[in-house]
Amino acid sequence: MSPAETAAPERPEEIRAVPVRHPGRWVAAAIIIVIAVALARSVATNPRFQWGVVGDYLFAAPVEEGVVKTLELTFLAMVIGIVLGILLALMRLSANPLVSWASWGYIWLFRGTPVLVQILFWYNVAAVYPKITLGLPFLHANANDLITPFMAGLLALGLNEGAYMSEIVRAGIISVDEGQNEAAQALGMSRLQTMRRVVLPQAMRVIVPPTGNETISMLKTSSLVSVITVPELLFSVQQVYSRTYQTIPLLIVASIWYLALTSVLSVGQYYLERRFGRGSSRNLPETPLQKLRRVVLTTRRQPAVADASEERR
Amino acid sequence: MSVPMLQAEGVHKRFGDNEVLKGITLRVEPKEVMCLLGPSGSGKSTFLRCINHLEAIDGGRLSVDGELVGYRQHGDKIYELRESEVAKKRAEIGMVFQRFNLFPHMTAAGNVMEAPVHVKGIDRKAARAEAERLLTRVGLADKIDAYPAQLSGGQQQRVAIARALAMEPKLMLFDEPTSALDPELVGEVLEVMRRLAESGMTMVVVTHEIGFAREVGDTAVFMDGGVVVESGPPKEVFANPKHARTRAFLSKVL
Repeated sequence: MSPAETAAPERPEEIRAVPVRHPGRWVAAAIIIVIAVALARSVATNPRFQWGVVGDYLFAAPVEEGVVKTLELTFLAMVIGIVLGILLALMRLSANPLVSWASWGYIWLFRGTPVLVQILFWYNVAAVYPKITLGLPFLHANANDLITPFMAGLLALGLNEGAYMSEIVRAGIISVDEGQNEAAQALGMSRLQTMRRVVLPQAMRVIVPPTGNETISMLKTSSLVSVITVPELLFSVQQVYSRTYQTIPLLIVASIWYLALTSVLSVGQYYLERRFGRGSSRNLPETPLQKLRRVVLTTRRQPAVADASEERR
Repeated sequence: MSVPMLQAEGVHKRFGDNEVLKGITLRVEPKEVMCLLGPSGSGKSTFLRCINHLEAIDGGRLSVDGELVGYRQHGDKIYELRESEVAKKRAEIGMVFQRFNLFPHMTAAGNVMEAPVHVKGIDRKAARAEAERLLTRVGLADKIDAYPAQLSGGQQQRVAIARALAMEPKLMLFDEPTSALDPELVGEVLEVMRRLAESGMTMVVVTHEIGFAREVGDTAVFMDGGVVVESGPPKEVFANPKHARTRAFLSKVL
C-alpha cells in the first residue's frame, strides 16, 4: 500500500518534541572506542607480532596447498556427512524398529565420543584390522595402504558429521506438515517420490541454516586432523614454524585464512537460504545489494518515507 | 444394475479403543454427487479418508468401481495390497482437503503438473498445457505462475481442485473444502464444484454447506456417532428429517 492511499486529508499537525537524551549510550560508545583504539595500536606496533612475516607467508606455496587441502577435506567430509545424515534420518523415522534402533545406536556412538578420539582411532585402524577384505578372493588391501592419514581424517570427520546431520535432517522432515504427505499420497505418489519431491524440498528450509553452521564448524574442526599429519592449513603452518620458530605470525596466517573462508561460506549460506525460502513468504527477502539500492534510493526521498512511517504508528 | 462407483458394506474403523465408524453401508452410482453431513466427530471425514486408503478399515467391505480398497480378494482370502498398488489406485481418486495442502514450494502450475509428470510419466510440455487449461477452467488463468502463499484461500482451494482433476480421476473426494475459507470466498469454490458436478463427475463431499448439498447433491447422508442416521434425496432429508437427531442438527445449521 502506498503512503498516498493511507494519507487522510485532515491529517493532524506533526508533533515536534525535544527527543529524550541518552547519556549512557554516549559513555558506552566512548569506552568501546578507547578499548578498540588501544587494542589496534598495540597489535599494530608490537614488533613481536611480526606482521612482515605474516605478509611473507600469507600466499606462500605450502600455506596455499594447506588451504586447498582444508577445503577439500571440508567439502568431502560434508558430502559424506549430509548423505549419511539423510540416510540415518530416514532410518530413524522408519517403521521397522530394528532399522530405527540401528540409526539411534550409530548416533549414540559417534556423537558420544570426541571427534579427536575418532580421528586417532581411524588413524590406527590397521592395528585392529590389518587386512580389509570385501569377502571376495583377491579383493583385499592392506589397511595401512588404504587408510592413508587423509582417508583416516576424512572418515573420522565425515562419519562424525553424519551423526549430527541426521538430527538436523530429522528435525527438518518432522517440521513438514502431515497434510503435505497426505496430499502427495492422495495423488498416487510413492513414498520415495513424496520424500524427494514434496517433503525434502520443504524440509530444506529448516535444514539449510544449521547445515551452513555445520560446514563452517567443519572448516575449523578439520584442523584437528593435523595431529595425524594430514597437510591441511594448520599442519602446513606448523611445518613452517617448527623450522623457523615464527609461531605467532604463522598462526595469524592460518587465522586470516580461516576467517576469510568462513566469511565466504557465510555469504554462500545466505544465498542458499534465500533459494530454499521460495514460496514460504509472499516476497523473497532482499539481498544485501537490493537492500543497499533501496536504502540509497529512499534516503534521497527522505521526507516522503518519514511521513509514511509516522502514519503507521 | 451397473457397478457402483463406491460401495461400503458395514465399514468399521477404530483408533485404539475409540470406534469411529460403526458399520457404514452406502452406495454411490457413477455421476452421482453424495454429500455427507453431520456434527464433527461423527466419522464423516474418517470415512472419506478410508475411501482412498489414507486410513485402513478394520471391518466390513469397501470397494471403488468394483475393486476392494487396499486389499485384493483371491478365493476366500483377502491379501493386503503393496504400497505401489495402493498408490496406483489412489491416482484414480482425486482428493481435496480442508486445508488445501498445496505444495508451497511449487507454483500453481507446478502443483497441478506434479502428479501427471511424476506419477503418470506425462511429458512436461503436455502436462504444462493441461495445467494451464485446468487452471483456466477454475478461473485462475492469471495465477498460473503464482506461489500458493501469493493466493487467497479460495484461489488455493481452486488450485487444489485443478491439481486433483489433472489426474483425470473417476471419483472426487472433498473433505470440508470450504470450512477453512472466509465466508466471502466460499462461493467461488462451491461454484467450481457445482460445474464439476454438472460435467458428470462422481463426487463424495463432506460439507456443512446445506445450500450446496440441497442444490447440487443427488443424495444427502446424515451421519452421527459413526453410523448413518438418515439418507435420501437432499430435498426430502432437509425438508422432512425422519430422525430427531437429524432435525436437531439441521435446526442448528440452517
